[in-house]
Amino acid sequence: MAGFKSTSSYIASRDLEVAVNAAVALQRPLLVKGEPGTGKTVLAHEVARSLGYPLVEWHIKSTTKAQQGLYEYDAVSRLRDGQLGDARVHDIGNYIVRGKMWDAFEADRPQVLLIDEIDKADIEFPNDLLLELDRMQFFVYETRKTVVAKHRPVVIITSNNEKELPDAFLRRCFFHYIRFPDRETMERIVQSHFPDIKQELAREALNVFFQVRGVAELKKKPATSELLDWLKLLMIEDLPPEVLRSQDPKTAIPPLYGALLKNEQDVHLFERLAFLSRQRQR
Amino acid sequence: MLAQFIYALRGAGIPASITEYLTLLQGMKEGVADYSVDDFYHLSRATLVKDERHLDRFDRVFGEVFKGLELPEGGEDGDLSRQLPEEWLRKLAEKLLTDEEKAMIEAAGGFEALMEKLKERLAEQKGRHQGGSKWIGTAGTSPFGAHGYNPEGVRIGQEESRHRRAVKVWDKREFRDLDDSIEIGTRNIKLALRRLRRFARQGAATELDLPDTIRSTANNAGSLDLKMVPERHNTVKVLLFLDIGGSMDDHVRISAELFSACRAEFKHLEHFYFHNCPYERLWTDNRRRRESEVPTLEVLRKYGPDFKAIFVGDASMSPYEVIQPGGSVEHWNEESGAAWMQRITGHFRRSAWLNPMPQAAWDRTHSTGLLLQLMEKRMFPLTLGGIEAMTRELSR
Repeated sequence: MAGFKSTSSYIASRDLEVAVNAAVALQRPLLVKGEPGTGKTVLAHEVARSLGYPLVEWHIKSTTKAQQGLYEYDAVSRLRDGQLGDARVHDIGNYIVRGKMWDAFEADRPQVLLIDEIDKADIEFPNDLLLELDRMQFFVYETRKTVVAKHRPVVIITSNNEKELPDAFLRRCFFHYIRFPDRETMERIVQSHFPDIKQELAREALNVFFQVRGVAELKKKPATSELLDWLKLLMIEDLPPEVLRSQDPKTAIPPLYGALLKNEQDVHLFERLAFLSRQRQR
Repeated sequence: MLAQFIYALRGAGIPASITEYLTLLQGMKEGVADYSVDDFYHLSRATLVKDERHLDRFDRVFGEVFKGLELPEGGEDGDLSRQLPEEWLRKLAEKLLTDEEKAMIEAAGGFEALMEKLKERLAEQKGRHQGGSKWIGTAGTSPFGAHGYNPEGVRIGQEESRHRRAVKVWDKREFRDLDDSIEIGTRNIKLALRRLRRFARQGAATELDLPDTIRSTANNAGSLDLKMVPERHNTVKVLLFLDIGGSMDDHVRISAELFSACRAEFKHLEHFYFHNCPYERLWTDNRRRRESEVPTLEVLRKYGPDFKAIFVGDASMSPYEVIQPGGSVEHWNEESGAAWMQRITGHFRRSAWLNPMPQAAWDRTHSTGLLLQLMEKRMFPLTLGGIEAMTRELSR
């Protein structure tokens, strides 16, 4: 079976590969959870690329309704057209606006459908999509037509765990929890993103990064995406690796820390820790 | 075999259902797992576990169930597997080792050394022998598979064998931190407390209801008829009673975390402090205790029964502090703590007690039992699981 594999730009662990392949083979949605910044959304892009399918993205907000993914009935413009005496008004089909899922269902070739951050929506949101995701079809009340998927899309759903998802919904999905990568994997990830990074710089930067992550009380621990941003900055600034290695008290806080620490409390905390370690060294 | 696995999972509190079981079977039929134990582990995990808090439990059950293959309990099969290996190993030794090697072993020290040598041999052999992990699928129908695997993979294969490597994946138990029965951090608390939020429409009409407006306008033959709906807002009101001082000092940090999590979560949140057990006076600022004291009766008057009362305390004190008038360690109380607890829990329709002590230790203190009784069993450990149970209780 031609399956999903790690690519040069995305390092997937074996368990993730199995989960993706299972979801593709059995045509069921894959629910991906994990710390922010561990590559949940990027996964969908990579799956689409490796399968050679187009990607349909549906980003969920707190106000998104399940219906919007299917279709919307634009009653206001119909009302306006009706009052202006437009001929279009007689066909209700003119006022049906297709949603992302409809697009994915009607396409001539299989698609990858990304439902991003499903936990942002109302708690009932996943329940409203049960049948649609299960049978890959839905009914348009206004036109009395049923839209059935020509090819069942590969559905990838991401969640940041802000809300509990209903059991009935979970039962229909495969589930994968993206663990924070260990050092070895992280090295591969860095390598795949910055193939021409200086080895020494990468090593020192990773040392600093895992040290920062090791601080238990951080409010928001930096994740893969922060590391990659930070490395990019380091490379643009062309800092010598020695700067990262230096135990000089004045530079105990990593250079360009803004990319790693996103919270002023965390910065304060880190400064305090740096201060303490300085005291100890004396 | 697999059904037994599902039951073991359910027994461990992982809600695996028939649908998921069928999906797993289907997935194996489609060849997703491809006869590798590692992949089977990954596939079954993706299929059966839907919550990262259960991953650790899953790893443990997986380890137990499939370790069970090693030594099945009772029955012919079990007896065989206990008898076979040694004999089988001797035979294998004869087959694999050259005469020269055997002579060497004899010289070196007999059976023990022979076994050592054999281990190495088998480890080598393992690398080339691909079908070895097929035992999952065939589940012991082939004696060579089941028993053959057993000494190789588990007893002898040691580091190099595929099976050992696979075992490590779940034996590492990397998801232990995500189990919900352990202590919590601020983010986890927020997550659990969100359950408390209940959106309800009440209050003044503030928002334009577009669908209803259109419907009414259509009914009115096109003349505009505006309709309004009440704005959604969080209606959960919470009163927090925090135990402070004395035995609670250990738990002040965790209580503070809970407290800061609550702050952001509710529109109506009031907090009061007490020491060990609430009596006739509470206070709102621990640093200025004398000035900020409020009579408990006034609190009950001010906040209606629709507030949800949450006590946070370790409930560890002398039993007299609960049942005896004048039992308080700090002042003379006219009425017992129990009377005040009954008054407070009687006033609020929903109340619960969060206890930072591990649940297993509750039995050891008499006062915890007393308060558990006073709370009619609505005492929950201060873990993510406990908070979830509490919020479910409070929002019923």
